[in-house]
Amino acid sequence: MIWVARIFSTSIGKKQLMAVTGILFLVFLTTHLLGNLSIYGGIEAFNAYAEHLHALGKLLVVAEVGLVVALIIHVTLAIILFFENRKARPIKYAVDKSGGGGRTLSSQTMPFTGLLILAFVGLHLANLSHHIVDQTNRTIFQIAYEVFANKGILIFYLASMVVVGLHVRHGLWSAFQTIGANHPKYMPFIEWLSIFFAVIVAVGFGSLPLAILALK
Amino acid sequence: MSGKNINLTLKIWRQNSPEDRGRWEIFQAKDISTEASFLEMLDIVNEQLALAGKEPVAFDHDCREGICGTCGCAVNGRPHGPDRETTLCQLHMRRFQEGDTLVIEPYRARAFPVIKDLVVDRSAFDGVIQAGGFVSVNTGQAQDANNLPVPRDDAERAMDAAACIGCGACVAACPNAAAMLFVSAKVSHLAVLPQGRTEAARRALSMVAQMDAAGFGNCTNHKECEVECPKGISISNIARLNREFIKAGLASKE
Repeated sequence: MIWVARIFSTSIGKKQLMAVTGILFLVFLTTHLLGNLSIYGGIEAFNAYAEHLHALGKLLVVAEVGLVVALIIHVTLAIILFFENRKARPIKYAVDKSGGGGRTLSSQTMPFTGLLILAFVGLHLANLSHHIVDQTNRTIFQIAYEVFANKGILIFYLASMVVVGLHVRHGLWSAFQTIGANHPKYMPFIEWLSIFFAVIVAVGFGSLPLAILALK
Repeated sequence: MSGKNINLTLKIWRQNSPEDRGRWEIFQAKDISTEASFLEMLDIVNEQLALAGKEPVAFDHDCREGICGTCGCAVNGRPHGPDRETTLCQLHMRRFQEGDTLVIEPYRARAFPVIKDLVVDRSAFDGVIQAGGFVSVNTGQAQDANNLPVPRDDAERAMDAAACIGCGACVAACPNAAAMLFVSAKVSHLAVLPQGRTEAARRALSMVAQMDAAGFGNCTNHKECEVECPKGISISNIARLNREFIKAGLASKE
């Protein structure tokens, strides 16, 4: 197993683990959004979706454990890579100008949007996870409604979805590039998908609290 | 073509030795012909400095034809200056306006320590090449042409990657001081040819290991390298290196 450690302790190996775990989160975002869009079918549909999801039992636990492991890998490597990259340029440029067409707001803020997303995930689980919030006497819809009735939390959620969109906008195409999937035939589509998916995530998830508040 | 003369203010990084902390110095470059190249402009300034009994500004240069990869420093934050696919020696003063201030500083990277003023030590690149940027062949008679069939597209891809002159602008431009564009170009131009396939796995692993050991940063796909590369090397080479690396790591015996 020494070769595994050797491969994944290199710069490319670490980044490829970042990419694979990142793609896993993108798949999770897709399923999470598709499920939660059931709110547009009404309160009944939303509660029914949650019940069916929780009825998966052990299967759901396996998925959750997988996500936690992926999160630990993604965040740990992000911290290591961030400090390695800072160390690689001890003296900064007096004038630091982009040639244009290179770095973007999204690519430059990845470490910071990542930290904000981590904070959001913490609050989100504390607010709404079925492991943490007791739901014996309340439906999922009632719990969610009470959470979003708090203006501060609502604004933090909406802002966080923009942050997630920013992270996804660079993260998606970047993950494909890092695992080596860059080809003139499909790379333009992946770069387009990166922007499209970012907008879908920000608008899609951002609309959910507003839909919940509108339904009461 | 009629040129004119312009006056510029130069803010240049001065550093006596690798250990020196370095400082900024301001120079007035007067009556510079817009037909002069950037390095000729520095020559003129240095001549004036020498006549005044002062130490000229040290900068790297060799062929002055844009093909050797020796010259290069950051001009107003841009490696090789503001023009696309242009080395510093091929940058001309007609690109600038009367009264402009130019901030000229060496490439900044831990792996490229400053030797003096604008001259940096890029031997970290040599180390990466020594680690695997070659094809082991028996010497002797040259093979007959077309003994090894190479599809035209592969030959073109190899040539595009081989255009890398190893100037270090990619490292200089990268917000992380990563050397991935250089290493990927050197891995790619051999990896797409049959002569290079034999050692492809070992090459990818050992060149990446040497790149890491030299203290370059990690690529985060900002694409700044591709923008600043004087030879227009594409980041699709970086994807190829990533592919070659994971293939070598997981599927080869290396």
